Amino acid sequence: MAVPLIEINDLSYAYPGSNRQAVSRVDLTIDKGSFVTLTGPSGCGKTTLCRCLNGLIPHFYGGKIKGTITVSGLSVLDHTIGELAEHVGFIFQNPENQLFALSVERDVAFGPENLALPREEIRERVEWAMKVTGVEGLRERSPYELSGGQQQRVAIASVLAMKPEILVLDEPTSSLDPLAAQNLFQAISELNARLGLTIVLVEHRLDLLSTLTDRVIVMDNGQVRMDGSPVEVFNSMEAQLMGIGVPKIVRLYHELGFRAEKPPLSVKDFAQYLRGLRND
Amino acid sequence: MKALEGMRFKRTSSPMHRLDPRVKFVVSCAVFLLGVMFTELLPLIVLLTSQLFLVYFARVHKEWLQSLRGSLVLVAVIFLTNLIVGYASAGFRLTSNVLTYSVSMALRFVTLVASFSVFFLTTSPDDLGLALERSHFPYEFSFAFTTAVRFVPVLADEAQTIIDAQRSRGLEVEKGSFVKRIRNYLPILIPLIVNAIRRSLELAEAMESRAFGAKKHRTNLFVLKIKAADYIALAVVLVVLAVSIYIRLYVHIPVIAIPMF
Amino acid sequence: MIRTENVYFTYPSGVSALQGVSVEIGDGEFVAIMGENGAGKTTLIKHFNGLLKPERGEVFVDGRNTKESSVAELSRDVGLVFQNADHQLFCETVEEEVSFGLRNFGFGDKVVKKRVDWALELLDLRRYQKRSPFMLSGGERKRVALASVLAWNPKVVVLDEPTTGQDHGQKERLSQFVRQLNAQGRTVILVTHDIEFVAECSPRVILMSRGRIIADGPAKEILTNSKLVTEASLIVPQITQLFMMLGDLGLPGDVIDIYEAKRLINDFVGG
Repeated sequence: MAVPLIEINDLSYAYPGSNRQAVSRVDLTIDKGSFVTLTGPSGCGKTTLCRCLNGLIPHFYGGKIKGTITVSGLSVLDHTIGELAEHVGFIFQNPENQLFALSVERDVAFGPENLALPREEIRERVEWAMKVTGVEGLRERSPYELSGGQQQRVAIASVLAMKPEILVLDEPTSSLDPLAAQNLFQAISELNARLGLTIVLVEHRLDLLSTLTDRVIVMDNGQVRMDGSPVEVFNSMEAQLMGIGVPKIVRLYHELGFRAEKPPLSVKDFAQYLRGLRND
Repeated sequence: MKALEGMRFKRTSSPMHRLDPRVKFVVSCAVFLLGVMFTELLPLIVLLTSQLFLVYFARVHKEWLQSLRGSLVLVAVIFLTNLIVGYASAGFRLTSNVLTYSVSMALRFVTLVASFSVFFLTTSPDDLGLALERSHFPYEFSFAFTTAVRFVPVLADEAQTIIDAQRSRGLEVEKGSFVKRIRNYLPILIPLIVNAIRRSLELAEAMESRAFGAKKHRTNLFVLKIKAADYIALAVVLVVLAVSIYIRLYVHIPVIAIPMF
Repeated sequence: MIRTENVYFTYPSGVSALQGVSVEIGDGEFVAIMGENGAGKTTLIKHFNGLLKPERGEVFVDGRNTKESSVAELSRDVGLVFQNADHQLFCETVEEEVSFGLRNFGFGDKVVKKRVDWALELLDLRRYQKRSPFMLSGGERKRVALASVLAWNPKVVVLDEPTTGQDHGQKERLSQFVRQLNAQGRTVILVTHDIEFVAECSPRVILMSRGRIIADGPAKEILTNSKLVTEASLIVPQITQLFMMLGDLGLPGDVIDIYEAKRLINDFVGG
């Protein structure tokens, strides 16, 4: 049964000092356990929307907000970022600027420490979070010594230690090379599958995500333009025209003008489809 | 800057490393006090040599020597200043007294640098932060401290990148008149400052998102434990201080004078 | 023309970034230097304008040994556009920012004005001429940085990771722009790990891994060699992956272009 975990109703927001609506009359519902990819051209409002999910908007940024947004049953407007932090974890684009401590272990402990949890519980959570993200071996290392991919994993661990139900990631692979990006997406997908975490991922690199995500939301000019399964969105005419990073495979499929029952999303699917065509 | 390099925490294991940072701070302060108490050459030499024991104990000899080397300039300045002033007040004559006194002052400074150098070399910034907290400084204080230390290498790299980027646009930092050279620092300082501000905003966002300040009293996963060794060290310091005060007040210190040749 | 002979370079921290790199890039070439983060790509291009001097080996730019030239002299011919525009923006207006390099190289006021106008026009920044660069969006700031380098019209333009953080539309425009720069006779060198972007531009590709060059040739040849690509911690382009999977059906394995792929598949299915 689909349980809505995030409910956004008629949300509009303008940053302080700006008349432009960064987010304009957005209605959205996200169910528990889903893996949502949020994409769109630069400046479309996707990052702004994410900030609304954990309370950075309006509490940190100020500005004019209208509409309602409920996350894990809590109204974002009526709860502090600190309270929401136990339900929504936020991973930022730049790995360097979200790790403060001098060792990985201390960084992962930072969140639970702030929640004033008892020491034994903090210890338990820290061990668990490091294990789940595969960074136990880096426990004594300083973030400065780590690669970008490792830093992002540590960031995820430190957020997981607060045991949120939702993980919001804002272009986490921006500074990573392709292999590291692929590994990170794989790790996120596993967190979704094994731990049931609801994922909201902002990304441009859709080719690596097409088979991992179950829903693609495209924004433009502060509004939601498209919302559906990857197959629906990538194969729509609008997506092709809008200039979002539709995977090359899907573009090729379109160029060829094929009409399959199930349009392929991955290289493997496409190869199989072509073999099928050949044999007919 | 070499002197500062010599004071950066070295991650080894030693008896000194294992002492509580507050105790180590007390030791350094005690050395400072002793250095101030005596102006005679003999006690100062004894004090400096005792530092060597500590350094050996701490297994940080190489870095320690580096920090001393870095402070040589200041040592020379202190020596010369005292020499010149003493020379003038002795009626423009160079006496053995003046020379001895100047050497003592220089030695005192070296001892000071030496003792604090050992402190920083054997205390991790994390433990320093913890010590600050335990000493009832507000958490924000120690957090600011450890975060600053964490970002020092990052900012250093960024400064280098900015210099590289501007040099690639033809900026020549070494050339030109004094005034021009100061102006040449603007293309480096402004991006540095702007980026530092941007970075601190991003950090603030990340901190808030991890519930910083959510509860009045946060828990600490790590604690400082005062052990037997710490008590012993404290006891030794107290005894030495007591003995020194006694010597200062009642015992005549043999004078070592530097002969005039 | 840039030539490196067996260059070795180790950073003061002890990291050995280049281990015997020899490469020659001719005038008017279009080259992409690719590899994982830490492969030595940025270290290598910093040798092209003298920011770094080789520990062992030599680097020649137009016959001049970089050890005997200053960064300013070399930058006149080799313009390096750094990855992060925020590492260089400092002026009060975009106009001043774009003229910075020109002034450093000693150009007179009249020439500076002409060149600045030209560069602003080229990168569609006219309307921001008197605006503060700090007020612009990320993508616009990147264009300002690029304009400020193109303004002094260097023979060689080197772009370090120009596609990071760019959306699809921005990447398309960049791809066209870069090819245009090359068509106008400039030597263009891209440092990137964006395989799809390179597959589209199809330049000469130099693959680096752990301080060494492991491959050097046309994009079609290099990007389709899965062994080499994996060694450089990259991923083969999607179109190539597709054709590799269908290798047993007689289709060629070295396809990177979407239109060639279309043609081949149409023939394949039709037959």
